[in-house]
Amino acid sequence: MVMNSKLYRSFALIMLLYAGTSRLWAATRYAGKGQHYPTIKAALAACRNGDTVIVTKGIYREGNLIIDKPICFTGTGMPVLDGELKYEIISVKSNDVTITGFQLQHSGRAVMSDPGAIKVYDAKNVQIEDNVLIDNYFGVYLQYATHCTIKNNVITASQKEEHESGNGIHCWKGDSLQIIGNRIAGHRDGIYFEFVTHSVIWRNISHHNLRYGLHFMFSNDDAYITNYFKNNGAGVAVMFTKRVTMINNTFEENWGDAAYGVLFKELTDCYLSGNKFLRNTTGIFFDGSNRITIEHNIFRANGWGMRMQANCMDNIIRENNFIGNTFDVTTNGSLTLNHFSENYWDKYQGYDLDKDKIGDVPFHPLSLYAVIVEKNPPAMLLYQSFMVNLLDKSEKIMPSLTPENFVDNTPRMIPYKL
Amino acid sequence: MMRILKYVALDILKTKIVIAYTIMLALFSWSAFSLEDNTAKGLVTMLNIVLLTVPLVSVLFATIYVYNSAEFIELLLSHPVKRSMIWKALFTGLSLSMTVAYIVGIGIPLLIFTDLGTALIMIISGSLLSVIFVAIAFLASILTRDKAKGIGISIMLWLYFALLFDGLVLFLFFQFSDYPIEKPIVILSALSPVDLCRILMLLRLDVSAMMGYTGAIFQHFFGNSWGLLLSFSLLALWVVVPFYFSLRKFNKRDL
Repeated sequence: MVMNSKLYRSFALIMLLYAGTSRLWAATRYAGKGQHYPTIKAALAACRNGDTVIVTKGIYREGNLIIDKPICFTGTGMPVLDGELKYEIISVKSNDVTITGFQLQHSGRAVMSDPGAIKVYDAKNVQIEDNVLIDNYFGVYLQYATHCTIKNNVITASQKEEHESGNGIHCWKGDSLQIIGNRIAGHRDGIYFEFVTHSVIWRNISHHNLRYGLHFMFSNDDAYITNYFKNNGAGVAVMFTKRVTMINNTFEENWGDAAYGVLFKELTDCYLSGNKFLRNTTGIFFDGSNRITIEHNIFRANGWGMRMQANCMDNIIRENNFIGNTFDVTTNGSLTLNHFSENYWDKYQGYDLDKDKIGDVPFHPLSLYAVIVEKNPPAMLLYQSFMVNLLDKSEKIMPSLTPENFVDNTPRMIPYKL
Repeated sequence: MMRILKYVALDILKTKIVIAYTIMLALFSWSAFSLEDNTAKGLVTMLNIVLLTVPLVSVLFATIYVYNSAEFIELLLSHPVKRSMIWKALFTGLSLSMTVAYIVGIGIPLLIFTDLGTALIMIISGSLLSVIFVAIAFLASILTRDKAKGIGISIMLWLYFALLFDGLVLFLFFQFSDYPIEKPIVILSALSPVDLCRILMLLRLDVSAMMGYTGAIFQHFFGNSWGLLLSFSLLALWVVVPFYFSLRKFNKRDL
């Protein structure tokens, strides 16, 4: 026992000494008008590993700042770094860099080099927090980055055309990234993931972007949780990806001819729960997507709740609420290999004699008119015409044209409280 | 003309049918809006009522009324009034009462429950629909002396516009689905006043985005203020043309 406590004490002493020495070596350097370093570049050149560079309030036009040492780069009073529409503002080329408290604006625009307000090259443990990014080409650009955190940044841009604009947060080839609590608006894609694995996107708000609120390509084993996507040009796209978890997100008002709440293309083995799809042209569009479980979601007031192409199979759709959609579900073929069960459909007109809250007659969510429109989109012109309503009613009673196995055998009588 | 109009209006009021019609419409619309949980759904229910009931009542009531006032018309003709004036006064009186019934019955709940733009479009298009079908009734009733035949023609015309026409359009969609038929179909549907009204309302209901290319064409054609003007003038044409032909026939006819 005595031996043990002695050992512990000497260990603590060593630790203390170690901490003390590293403290000694790291310096805090101030940059800015009237400070020791008049320019940021001078401060960056002078600093050593582990230093903190504090930039004071002001507007700085210093072109491209390269951070190639593990330092903490901080602004007090929101100093403005201006790229003058020519330069990439901050280039991070070292591990363990922290960037906080800056306003970064007007980065250069170039299609070949893709300059960003902050671009991280081949680094890990980079933290980018509490910055404001205004009117940049790319906002935060991570390439070959791992274990990075992008947190609580406000990223806005105001380009009008897709090709003139970069993405808000762009991640290309990465692993273990955390994108948390950012607000992104007006970029091409709000958040863009390509070849990014084991990452999480949490509590972001992405709205009014020109193309997608969130764009996923070849990014396996990721999760996006409690994000809010509103009014993006084409909604959210998740493509060519495996094992994505999507929980508690809201997809709202992605309205337009080619806009979707979420577009699933070649997606497999995913899980969706607790998401809300509100007032989208199409809530979820499935194309070549397999083995996806969709439960406890709300589809409300969409044009189409779900459009499931016939090339999808083994998807499980259970315990969702479908309320007030023009069409709840459509498909473009007669073969159905997906499973619907225990959903609440507000269009269900069956009864429940044994009072187990499950309707006694199956529900066919696919209406005849939905099939007609799927094959013949202009037929939408006849929406709410008496003739079409009549046809729909008779098809409901005696299905002949709609696929028979497109059915929920256990429709719920009352909506779930989600 | 004003005096004849006054007689006609008083006479219509006396039959009490128009009052009953007003109350029915009001009941329909109030229940539609208070039973449905959201206004969009209520609006769709209303749309169905407006597109089916309003034309039917207008066309039937007007046809029967014209036949029943044959003696009144003959009496007027013995007085020194212009022939066309009688017919016009009769038409104005009938359209006015149908429109007022519509506005009181449906317009008021619309203004209360929906936004102004949607309400106005529905009120204007519904009123025009009432007048259009009164004009069609006038044409039907002048075409033949036989009352049963005249009412038959009116009902046939109503059936055609309210039901058959859509079926026809749907049939064309299927037959020519391999061809780019969007534009012809858009023009074709402008040929039925009921469809034109329905589509005008659909554009307000935001489903246009679901129509793909056709929706885009439609939005382009009818979505802007010029388009609205165009479609309302098309509807106005539906009033003028049948009534003009009926007037010509009435002027020449030996009563």
